[in-house]
Amino acid sequence: MNRTAITDTDYESLGRRAMRTRIRSLQMVHRAKLGHPGGDFSSADILTALYGAILHVDPSNPCDPERDRFIMSKGHCSSSLYAALAGAGFLSDADLDTYMAPLSKLNGHPDRNKVAGVEANTGPLGHGLPIGVGCALAAKMSGASWRTYVLVGDGELQEGSNWEAGMCASQYKLDNLVLIIDRNRIQQGDFTENTINMEPMAERWRSFGWDVREVDGNNMHAVVECLRAAPFTPNVPSCILAHTIKGKGVSFMENRPSWHHHVPTDDELQKAIAELERGQR
Amino acid sequence: MSRMVDCRNAYSQKLEEMALADERIVAVVNDSVGSAKLKGFQSKFPQRFINVGIAEQNMVGVSAGLANGGKIPYVCGAACFLTARAMEQIKIDLGYSNHNVRLVGISSGMAYGELGPTHQSIEDVGWMRIIPNMTIIVPADAIETEAVMEYSGIHKGPMFLRMSRIPVPDLFEAGMKFELGKAIRLREGSDITLMANGVMVCRALQAAEELQKAGISARVLNMSSVKPIDREAIIDAARNTGGIVTAEEHSIYGGLGGAVAEIVTQTHPAKMRILGVPGVFAPTGSAEFLLEHFGLTAEGIRSAAVELLKSR
Repeated sequence: MNRTAITDTDYESLGRRAMRTRIRSLQMVHRAKLGHPGGDFSSADILTALYGAILHVDPSNPCDPERDRFIMSKGHCSSSLYAALAGAGFLSDADLDTYMAPLSKLNGHPDRNKVAGVEANTGPLGHGLPIGVGCALAAKMSGASWRTYVLVGDGELQEGSNWEAGMCASQYKLDNLVLIIDRNRIQQGDFTENTINMEPMAERWRSFGWDVREVDGNNMHAVVECLRAAPFTPNVPSCILAHTIKGKGVSFMENRPSWHHHVPTDDELQKAIAELERGQR
Repeated sequence: MSRMVDCRNAYSQKLEEMALADERIVAVVNDSVGSAKLKGFQSKFPQRFINVGIAEQNMVGVSAGLANGGKIPYVCGAACFLTARAMEQIKIDLGYSNHNVRLVGISSGMAYGELGPTHQSIEDVGWMRIIPNMTIIVPADAIETEAVMEYSGIHKGPMFLRMSRIPVPDLFEAGMKFELGKAIRLREGSDITLMANGVMVCRALQAAEELQKAGISARVLNMSSVKPIDREAIIDAARNTGGIVTAEEHSIYGGLGGAVAEIVTQTHPAKMRILGVPGVFAPTGSAEFLLEHFGLTAEGIRSAAVELLKSR
């Protein structure tokens, strides 16, 4: 799909799909009384772009050796991942209603052995990029054309394992690897810069040997175009620094640290759905 | 006694042989190419040799990704760093994910004696044993090491292969087959059972010979397969001999002795003696010195067996 032109109609459809991802993920969190809606919403457009316009994955053949790999390193945002997987046909709408219910396959953090389409068991932060480096190395060794995409949170980059993996990816010239940073500037306890300064984020990755492009991570057109442009430079891993808004799409959720893992009340859920539907019109 | 052999050579030669036949096999290291005995692999298979540098968390994560991409990674590094430094990656990326990755813990136990407790690895079996899906093998000699390597090529799921560098004599006939989850009875006996793995197996056999001179008939079991463990062999020893002495180059907590005791106490309670490092950081000294220091010798096993039988 990512080699053909994307029309305005396609973008309208992707926009509706992103809205649906947000609504479904918030409904899941509301029902489970657990979850991370702030980060679900900041990454919803990226997830939708990946599953709707970039990834070569097939729910009828989820273990195809030639599939693209997408690794959701910020595994706590599982409800948006599951909603996106449902949008791509890997899960049913009924599955989503079992989110975190007893014995559900939809754990609070994704499990590759339970859910087709999940490539890595994530949740503890800083695991996804090393795994992604391994996937990209495997493809290079096999001379395969499939690609690996890893989505990390910005606070997550405080884990040193990311930087170990960052050095490794450039050393091995992994231009088949795309790192997407969901730069929503908020972690569980506070704004990232009030916790541990993450800047200059782009320069840090450049200095580790990556080609970095910055993009509005909540602008579907910009995200898709940037993903389609990767690899940006031959023999160099690509990093997309996606500037996003935590809680994007709902006025009372946006940019509020408390919505990192706040569970919406009945009233908040209804208001949020109304705003999301209005915003899409 | 026959030749004394460092098992690392057997593992690395076998790995090269296996890599020739199966192109999915790759090696992953954290800088220590020489001590992992992988210089030959590196020169023969440069495209399938990944050196991640001194970065164990990344090393294990990378191996999970390689497995996701269809490879069979052998992750080789000093056991102390490979296990402890990457513990969460081993738990989640390998155990929970159930990936086909082989961790080869080099110079485990007290092999790095003089370097001190930072480099000794007397906790690794305990750490690995508690992780679901993880298989743990501690081979007794170079021949069993080769057989374990051969088996590892077809094993499903993650595996920890504990690889000492302390030379040991050949105990097995060339061409022996490794069977997962089976204790190997190296000596028949009815008065007491000696269970050991790794470098302690040859010492247990010597202890049994000494016991024989005193009229004590000791059964000797090679417990290379720590997980899964041979439950039937353990119950049989508890039921049909007068007690069990375990011996391992490991802490007395969480290793072979603990695994045996968990079964014995719940099935057929019998007297046991668990020989190992008694919950302390070891002093400085060579591996041989430390084994002697902690009674991990043929004489230590013999006297523990005699004392156990007297206490009954």
